[in-house]
Amino acid sequence: MKGQGLKAYVILYLVFLYAPILLLPMFAFNSGTVIAFPLQGFTTGWFVEVFTTKALIEATRNSVFIAVSVAILSTCFGLFAARAATRYNFPAKGGILGFVMLPLVLPEIIVAVSLLVVLIQAGLSTGIWSVIAGHVLICTPFSIAILQGSFANMDKSLEEAAVDLGETPLSTFRLVTLPLVAPGIIASLLICFTISLDEFIIAFFLSGNEPTLPVYIWGLLRFPARVPVIMALGTLLVALSIILLITAEYFRRRGLRRAGKRDVGGFL
Amino acid sequence: MAMARSFDLGRFLRREESKGLALIAPPFVYALLLLAAPLAAIVLFSFWTQDFMTINRTFTLDNYREALSDPLYMELLSRSLRISLAVTAITVLLAFPVAYFVSFHVAPERKSLWLFLITIPFWTSYLIRVFLWRVILAYDGPVNGTLLGLGLIEEPLAWILYSANSVVITLAHAYAPFAILPIFVSLEKIDRALHEAGRDLGESRVMVFLRVTLPLAMPGVLAAVLIVFIPTIGDYVTPRLVGGSDGTMIANMIQTQFMRLNNAPMGATLSVLAMLMVGIVSLVMIVLTMRWTGGGKSK
Repeated sequence: MKGQGLKAYVILYLVFLYAPILLLPMFAFNSGTVIAFPLQGFTTGWFVEVFTTKALIEATRNSVFIAVSVAILSTCFGLFAARAATRYNFPAKGGILGFVMLPLVLPEIIVAVSLLVVLIQAGLSTGIWSVIAGHVLICTPFSIAILQGSFANMDKSLEEAAVDLGETPLSTFRLVTLPLVAPGIIASLLICFTISLDEFIIAFFLSGNEPTLPVYIWGLLRFPARVPVIMALGTLLVALSIILLITAEYFRRRGLRRAGKRDVGGFL
Repeated sequence: MAMARSFDLGRFLRREESKGLALIAPPFVYALLLLAAPLAAIVLFSFWTQDFMTINRTFTLDNYREALSDPLYMELLSRSLRISLAVTAITVLLAFPVAYFVSFHVAPERKSLWLFLITIPFWTSYLIRVFLWRVILAYDGPVNGTLLGLGLIEEPLAWILYSANSVVITLAHAYAPFAILPIFVSLEKIDRALHEAGRDLGESRVMVFLRVTLPLAMPGVLAAVLIVFIPTIGDYVTPRLVGGSDGTMIANMIQTQFMRLNNAPMGATLSVLAMLMVGIVSLVMIVLTMRWTGGGKSK
């Protein structure tokens, strides 16, 4: 009886969670230009417009370039930090790691305005590169969290065996460590890519005249006639991120299997 | 002999230490340059003043005096605090039963599927999600339509959009997984034998929950509270899109000061005040929770 009530509540809660993304495709295929009920006819015209709007394609190109750079840089930093955290002891370890993880709990607007102030004072212009710099700051903690899991799951004796068998530290890392943490690296790349692609506040302050996709969407939201195009774009993005997530989850599980661990939950 | 051995040990430790330090150096230096330095700059700016484009670098507390005496700034700060406390309370209360369900009522091999199901909606564009809440809560939107159709209300509810309420609803949605996941993790760590012990000793289901489950889940609940509370205070998008004038929060004013009014020092001052507020409230929450759970232990 009690279990049934709880289950009913959880299902209601899932409806609440899914409400916005269920509406998204409805309006994306709706021929009416006003985002309201009742729905009008069926159209795929908004999707055509997504692929023919030049400014949108430009913004997407900026965003993808930024997200790829951020994914690579953050994952490199993540590898350094996660390796140091799981393998070595050094002075002020907790403090240093805590500080690197700090952006995780800092309101993003604070990160954004503080970077903006410094850039302006230094006389530097804002643009794609400053967005990359800001995003690396907020993505690195996520990368560290993911990779720390991979490194912690790894059997230390495998590396020691390689060294005993005459491999140099570098070749040990390349031949033994890297393949074992590879699934974690792929998961980290995908998560950082997704976070950067969706990040708005830092890009809003630091993109200058090179808008990212969220900054472009923000500008469009003011024009009601353009909103259906955003709905079509949103539908495409949802599909894309679900595919990315399933891929990341697949690699994470494969990594767990390789390390010989049982699966105990998902991301984060 | 002993000297030589301790010297070798010291060198070995230093080698180990220097390896660790060398590895951590790149991300650490990066965070120093792009986080510590900018945050220090914000604090410095808050003690300066700006007149059009020129910045006056004499140290002054004028900004703080002005911010703390201006009713608008104070209202925005206290409203941001009220809204994010409400969001935190609602999000965590709504999330707890869900985390409890997944941890205690779902078969172990299906748990990660459930967690996946819960996180999927949050990997879609944040801006578009918030915008869709504007559609859902609109005067002629589905919520009002359903309530009207069921005969529960006579006319559409106007107060659910462009108000503090809509900001709370939207943020409670946006931060749901950040509350569910830490609570779930702490519930998973609870030894199931403790429940059986409690039941065997004659406690009712409710008492077992209150005296065993809840205290042991507190670290997760505290983590959820902090993870939701800290970023929501600085949220910019939600108040802008669904807040109307009654739902404007401090981040919107910070943005206005920096981008529109060209008053970076006042923007910096408000940022510092917001950070102080977040820091103090978070510390109070941590201390209260530790005392509460610690008090339970000593009883």
